[in-house]
Amino acid sequence: MNEFRRAVLKRAGASGALAAACAAGLLRPRDLLAAGWHKDAFDAKSLAEALKSLGAASPAESKDIVIDAPQLAENGAAVLIEVTSNLPNTKSIAVLIEKNSFPLAAKFDFIEGAAPFVRLNVKMGESSNVRVIAQAGGKFFTAVKEVKVTIGGCGG
Amino acid sequence: MAEPMKVRATLKGDTADVRVLMGHPMETGQRTDGAGKIIPPHFIKEITVKLNGRTVIEGQLSQAVSRNPLFSFRLKGAKVGDKLEIGWLDNRGDKSRTETTIA
Repeated sequence: MNEFRRAVLKRAGASGALAAACAAGLLRPRDLLAAGWHKDAFDAKSLAEALKSLGAASPAESKDIVIDAPQLAENGAAVLIEVTSNLPNTKSIAVLIEKNSFPLAAKFDFIEGAAPFVRLNVKMGESSNVRVIAQAGGKFFTAVKEVKVTIGGCGG
Repeated sequence: MAEPMKVRATLKGDTADVRVLMGHPMETGQRTDGAGKIIPPHFIKEITVKLNGRTVIEGQLSQAVSRNPLFSFRLKGAKVGDKLEIGWLDNRGDKSRTETTIA
């Protein structure tokens, strides 16, 4: 099954065969999302580039995304960040640390049954905005919170 | 070898509060060892949470997630005795998988 999926993905290319397969009900969109790690977005070295790779070049500001993070983090090696989306039908949450060398830290897809909530520890090289992108109802929304870091978490 | 995960799942009303601790170095590839040599990146790339065999959360991670990552998730409509399965895959192809029941 997995090999079949890979073969389909390989051949699809730019030909639109993939879209046709989707339409034919051969592949559910989620199968495609699950097909791998979003390399382009994770390799992006600027916020703008990362957002573009996520397909969220110009997200709308939203107060329905709640970011709980410390104003001042003593140790940038482990900064606790909690994100809740109150937007109806939130499908995914991405956490970006704007000033890290690679801003995208993590992205979570929530499938029916999971609340659009996540708590995780991230590394922050220096004081930075923590930006969250939530996808809901086919659109992208964003919220931001500044975290000041005393000791960066990326050095030797 | 991958260290076993620690998972705690507790029910509050109809929502399960799931906490997972994954033992992993999460090397960024930006640090150097004592001899000045770069320590190669080694980090978890993908995590999956399944409830009763059905995938409910798929996560993609970067090197920016802290060492020994600790995650919290919330699963709606969960019941006592539901089967919870959590797995991860790292950039070297190492995997770990654990199963527990919601208490």
